Amino acid sequence: MSQIRNFSIIAHIDHGKSTLADRLIQHTILVPERQLREQMLDTMDIERERGITIKSNTITLPYLAADGQEYALNLIDTPGHVDFSYEVSRALASCEGVLLVVDASQGVQAQTVANLYLALEHDLAIIPVINKIDLPQADICGVKEQIQKELGLEADSAILCSAKEGIGITNILEAIVKRIPPPKGDFQAPLSALIFDAQYDTFRGAVVSCRVFDGKVQPGDLIRLMSHGGVYKVEEVGIFQLQRQPRSALTAGMVGYLIAGIKTVSDTRIGDTITSEADPIADPLPGFKEVKPVVFASLYPVSADDYQALADALEKYKLNDAALVYQKDASSALGQGFRCGFLGLLHLEIVQERLAREFGQSLIMTVPGVRYEFTLTDGQVLAVDNPQHYPEPTKIKKTAEPYIRASIIVPERFVGAVLKLCLERRGSEPHFSNPTPGRVEVRVDLPLSEVIIDFYDKLKSQTQGYGSFDYDLGDYRDSDLVKLDILINGDKVDALSMIVHRQRARQWAVRVCERLKEEIPRQQFRIAIQGAVGGKIIARETINAFRKDVTAKCYGGDITRKRKLLEKQKEGKARLKMIGQVSIPQSAFVAVLKTEVG
Amino acid sequence: MGGSGFPSESIKSEGRFPGLYVHVPFCRRKCAYCSFYSITALHLIPNWLRAVSQEARLYEERFGRFDTLYLGGGTPSILTVKQLAVLLEVLRPLLVEHPQPEITLEANPDDVTPGQLAGWRDLGINRLSLGVQSFADHELSFLGRRHQASGSRRALELSRVAFANLSVDLMYGLPGQSQKAWVEHLKQALEFEPEHLSCYQLSVEKGTPLGHLMSAGRFTPLPTDWEGHFFLLTSRFLEKHGYLHYEVSNFARGNCWYARHNKKYWQQTPYLGLGPGAHSFLGNKRWWNFRSVARYCEALKTGRAPVAGSETLTEGQLRLETLFLGFRTREGVKLEMLGGQPEGEKNLWRLEKAGLVRVEEGWVRPTRQGMLVADSLALLF
Ligand SMILES: Nc1nc2c(ncn2[C@@H]2O[C@H](COP(=O)(O)OP(=O)(O)OP(=O)(O)O)[C@@H](O)[C@H]2O)c(=O)[nH]1
Ligand code: SF4
Ligand SMILES: [Mg+2]
Repeated sequence: MSQIRNFSIIAHIDHGKSTLADRLIQHTILVPERQLREQMLDTMDIERERGITIKSNTITLPYLAADGQEYALNLIDTPGHVDFSYEVSRALASCEGVLLVVDASQGVQAQTVANLYLALEHDLAIIPVINKIDLPQADICGVKEQIQKELGLEADSAILCSAKEGIGITNILEAIVKRIPPPKGDFQAPLSALIFDAQYDTFRGAVVSCRVFDGKVQPGDLIRLMSHGGVYKVEEVGIFQLQRQPRSALTAGMVGYLIAGIKTVSDTRIGDTITSEADPIADPLPGFKEVKPVVFASLYPVSADDYQALADALEKYKLNDAALVYQKDASSALGQGFRCGFLGLLHLEIVQERLAREFGQSLIMTVPGVRYEFTLTDGQVLAVDNPQHYPEPTKIKKTAEPYIRASIIVPERFVGAVLKLCLERRGSEPHFSNPTPGRVEVRVDLPLSEVIIDFYDKLKSQTQGYGSFDYDLGDYRDSDLVKLDILINGDKVDALSMIVHRQRARQWAVRVCERLKEEIPRQQFRIAIQGAVGGKIIARETINAFRKDVTAKCYGGDITRKRKLLEKQKEGKARLKMIGQVSIPQSAFVAVLKTEVG
Repeated sequence: MGGSGFPSESIKSEGRFPGLYVHVPFCRRKCAYCSFYSITALHLIPNWLRAVSQEARLYEERFGRFDTLYLGGGTPSILTVKQLAVLLEVLRPLLVEHPQPEITLEANPDDVTPGQLAGWRDLGINRLSLGVQSFADHELSFLGRRHQASGSRRALELSRVAFANLSVDLMYGLPGQSQKAWVEHLKQALEFEPEHLSCYQLSVEKGTPLGHLMSAGRFTPLPTDWEGHFFLLTSRFLEKHGYLHYEVSNFARGNCWYARHNKKYWQQTPYLGLGPGAHSFLGNKRWWNFRSVARYCEALKTGRAPVAGSETLTEGQLRLETLFLGFRTREGVKLEMLGGQPEGEKNLWRLEKAGLVRVEEGWVRPTRQGMLVADSLALLF
């Protein structure tokens, strides 16, 4: 066990974790030519397209150290984006140390600090790494000072590195061996292992990623999952080396995978403890903190028949993304679906995209919202994250909504545009500073609900792509919330309802009605689209009935042509949802999401 | 026989005889709106004539006998009577003897002379479809037609006397045309008491001279809402004058004057199309010929069918065609075609309430308003 080291690479987004992982991998294993590419561990299509890590990834590196000993280094590359910090905290539970990477040109950033705290909470050895020293704008002295002052770490302990140029890699590997303690644990003790990730394999069931703390596990063993007591026979164990590499056993201190014919998806729970059936431990390991979603939206299958398929897909998906929380939801417009909680906007986007790509789900997503607080006249406080649960208006005494502390950095000339945008989004108390000459950081408090829809897109377009945006969750503040309903020919479309600030209700209503008008095809009767707050109509659009569509001639060859045209239209129609008597295309729900107000 | 795998058994759909179409792809000059396949190289007519005769032979047994023959184009009336005689000699054996087959010739007013008319009648042609289009010279020149308004009237006078079954083609919805002007045209046509009228709304197709003019902004087409007004106006006016509006663009003075041949297209009765660009339909197959006189003739010279493409229709496709073709006609669609789903029944009830269809004796018939939106109706079921 003294030859094992378990560590994670943590950092702010884009500071070079995955690139550093590449270098460590190439230094220690012979990577087949065809697998050689940048950010090798980012294997998902979305990760490669977006150039960011979304999931933590594990790999075991054999390393012959300067002391002549062969070590097994278990590396876990983690995501840097704040929405995925849950991935980081789970990775850390399997480690004794971290490489804390800081970009030499950018210095210490929000997630550098946040992730450092996570590592300190787990009592891990911390090796600061200053990366990208090859960049001309690298400011090594400045960053060292930050490490000392802002992070409270020994600046001299930082290793200089360029993951891109392969500088400093051996120093890092040696530091891992010397400065990170080997795992503690007892081979002889009864098995205890922590499930920190999983993936569903259609043929083999759950492939469970785990860290063994005590004992050992090998094929043929009977294991028990402690949360529900289920017993399984181990079929295969092994380690990750770009692919799964079967091994004869996993022993105390090791990080690897285990396959035990666990076919019922819900039986695998992230954070669960694996023990042996014959000789179980008494108490499970502490597991993970519960995640607190901040952004909420409902997901519905495009076709009501696909509800069960969506339920199955979500269950399997959750195995691989424990941060997603969901529960059943129902809408009279869209049928049965799920109310989902996400850790942030990017998380929401990724979930939607992965469900579509990996599970072939066509989904309708409702307008995302946040969790509001309502104080009722009887003193009761309700947390409401679904407009359908909006309390009876006469019983509401006070409303509150969550705020964020936003930090926006832009070149000086865009400060006016940023301020205007923030004011439109009900921002308050802007503060300015100059992190570097010519650039301004605007710190401003904004309601979370105002940034979850197209804020970032707007910021980007109004600052010609120069604006960077970062935020921390803040506190709840008093607000003046109302429920905006959308009616189509008098029928309330519950899936389109939203909770909004009173000042913003009309703007929203007008835009939603306009968007719906563009998306809903003409039908055999006139359609009225209305936006209403508390029964009062505040916006209205009308769609006139069908107009002439028939062509003058239809002989011989025209029939084929015409039919092909209609077939295309019919395809679009198959995705219509009936609301009362009106058919609404899926695109209408999506278009409403893109509504930009202000 | 080309080995093209078409069904070889002859199919008579519910006792209906199939129809025979011959495409005469020649015109003296191209009209500005024309998207039909036709060329002005008239010296190719003899080759074409030979090839059509050969093509007819390829299908001798496949369809059985036809009870309608439609000579369309192009401009069939530019064929000499002698050339027509050669053609009919080949085709006549393919036609039934009883009931008397309907034999239609499309004619350009300029080609109508007493001599030609007599010749056509002698050949057994018993229905004349006259491409009048308009009674206003400025409209005819906008359309790029070769005749003038005076020619239209003269041709009508002569044809009226010569043919007991006369059909007149008119076109509406021209840029700048007023509803009043259009009604004037209708009135002039009615003076000749034609048995049948086809009133087409001008549609400007991409790739035609008019299409180019329009994308260059040289004229603005009629607003879509007006198209509907013209349509309804035409329907009301002609029905008031004793014509049945039996298909989107077609009117007849009683059901015995329906265009028997064209009805086959709308009722999915089998038809064989001879000539370049012609389409055929049999069973669940549709196929079409090369849209090129040269390639068409070349294929037949070597004994091959001049087929450029084909499709086998699935049940669903056949059904969709039944629906959108059916809703174009006064007859409508059989109720049983729409049955099955509760969604469909709900739709039907709504459509009736909205005044777009009437349900009668097991048929769902579009109203005048309904015909106007036939495509949308088809897509609801
Ligand atoms: N010049 C230079 N660029 C580097 C270096 N290391 C990484 N990069 C670049 O920085 C960008 C981000 O690198 P990644 O390795 O994906 O960063 P990451 O920290 O894994 O990012 P997330 O996983 O999204 O948090 C890429 O364009 C890399 O090529 C370095 O040492 N020098
Ligand atoms: S006469 Fe008919 S086929 Fe010939 S060019 Fe004119 S519209 Fe086209
Ligand atoms: Mg990464």
